[in-house]
Amino acid sequence: MIVAQQKPLEEIGRMIAPYERVLVLGCGTCMTVCDAGGEREVSFLHSALRLAEAKSGNGGHTFSEYTLKRQCDPEFLDLLVDKVEDVDAILSLGCGIGVQALAERFPDTPVLPGVNTCFMGMAKEWGIWDERCAACGDCRLEETAGICPITRCTKGILNGPCAGTKNGKCEANKDMDCAWILIYKRLERLGQLEKMRRYYPPRNFRAIPRPKRIVSKPSIGVGEDNG
Amino acid sequence: MANSLFEEKLCSNRFLVTTEVGPPKGADISEMVHHIDLLKNKVDAINVTDHQSSVMRFPSLGGCLSVKERGGEPILQVTCRDRNRLALQADLLLAYSRGIGNVLCLTGDSIDVGDHNEAKPVFDMDSVQLLKMIKTMESGTDIAGNDLKGTPKFCVGASVHPEADIIEPQLVKFDKKVAAGAQFFQTQGIFDLGSLRRFMQYASQFDVKILAGIIVMASARMARYMNDNVPGIIVSQAIIDELSTAEKGKGLQKGIEIAVRLIKTIKEENLCHGVHIMAVGNEAIVPDILEAAELVGAYP
Repeated sequence: MIVAQQKPLEEIGRMIAPYERVLVLGCGTCMTVCDAGGEREVSFLHSALRLAEAKSGNGGHTFSEYTLKRQCDPEFLDLLVDKVEDVDAILSLGCGIGVQALAERFPDTPVLPGVNTCFMGMAKEWGIWDERCAACGDCRLEETAGICPITRCTKGILNGPCAGTKNGKCEANKDMDCAWILIYKRLERLGQLEKMRRYYPPRNFRAIPRPKRIVSKPSIGVGEDNG
Repeated sequence: MANSLFEEKLCSNRFLVTTEVGPPKGADISEMVHHIDLLKNKVDAINVTDHQSSVMRFPSLGGCLSVKERGGEPILQVTCRDRNRLALQADLLLAYSRGIGNVLCLTGDSIDVGDHNEAKPVFDMDSVQLLKMIKTMESGTDIAGNDLKGTPKFCVGASVHPEADIIEPQLVKFDKKVAAGAQFFQTQGIFDLGSLRRFMQYASQFDVKILAGIIVMASARMARYMNDNVPGIIVSQAIIDELSTAEKGKGLQKGIEIAVRLIKTIKEENLCHGVHIMAVGNEAIVPDILEAAELVGAYP
């Protein structure tokens, strides 16, 4: 899933300042799961913005709130047409994809990002999210015992640990595990250390020239082949 | 024919001595040049560091040109932190064209530990890939397979960490560096000769030269700081305790004493093929260390 963090209230306040009627728009998928921009956060943010406004005495905003099932899906964006007509700006608590999908769908309405989209990851434990995938387009997890060196090694290097690892931790962040120590230990456990002994050439960044498009339309009449 | 003077020396079976200079932060290179002049006739080669600890400085390539100009033998330290494969190859072509014949291939410290920690870390390559890349260039093409007009030749080295607390993965990487063409290794700082002995038992199966890294500590405080903040350094408690016994203001003297003792033992016991002395900002004291370790005069 995509993991994000809500922007500081002060920054959000500055962004919405020029607009009178603001729709605070949550997203019911990843942003709900990572507690950054679901229905609950929309409601909290809405209250916080009103409170901040009352406190500063600089009133003048009218807020509305809504949470879509998915901001990144054009099908769901159609549900917003009426709501968007009545506002001067959308404060999206969707990820960067949601913000851009809204901007494409509603070309005349400013869309403001209410969260910082951070990474693709998973819940390590309650309230702790860890990055796991860099979407490099060339998955090599088979070679590295299911542990991604591109994402989890601060240098993203492919041929083993650097010399900076200490106590199994990373030189860039003593709280983070060294990916290559994890990979070594798991390959050893699986009896597959020969995979680490292989030489891996420099990455092919053409595997995913940005921006990337994947075309995967079902071929009609050819059954399940998604060509 | 050897690719460099240093490569000739690698083949000589003599006890080798290298050291390093750190380029300045700024355009005034007079102090670095002074250090080069002090050291150039006393060691087999002088490394020039490449934004050591990810701190932006005068470039390694520029420092190596100074070593050449002053008549010394430079080892160009190249890290993968700041340049992609185009820039790395270009720098190597420039180095070769200007007579710099030795390259130490490093991945490079993390951007996070340096003074520009908001910069984009490059790491398009790693140290093993960099070694391979040089071999490819020496065969006459760039790594995209295009012919080179004029083929560079280098004597190539790498680093290894015999004191790593989890040594096995480091040895796997060492093997890969040997296979990728490394001819010599300058180790991370050695403080415990036991780990060097164990490492050499392993490394002696390969036809490569190992130079033990000797870091000259200036105080117990510096040792503790390096332990906490400098990647790849594990100063043993015994050394920290010994540094702590120094009188106020005499820390560096104690550090020199320790360095000299380590060098002498390594040489007397023939533990490895040489030493690489890192004085980290105190380059001017390296001649004293060489003299005290009885290495003077042997390295014209």
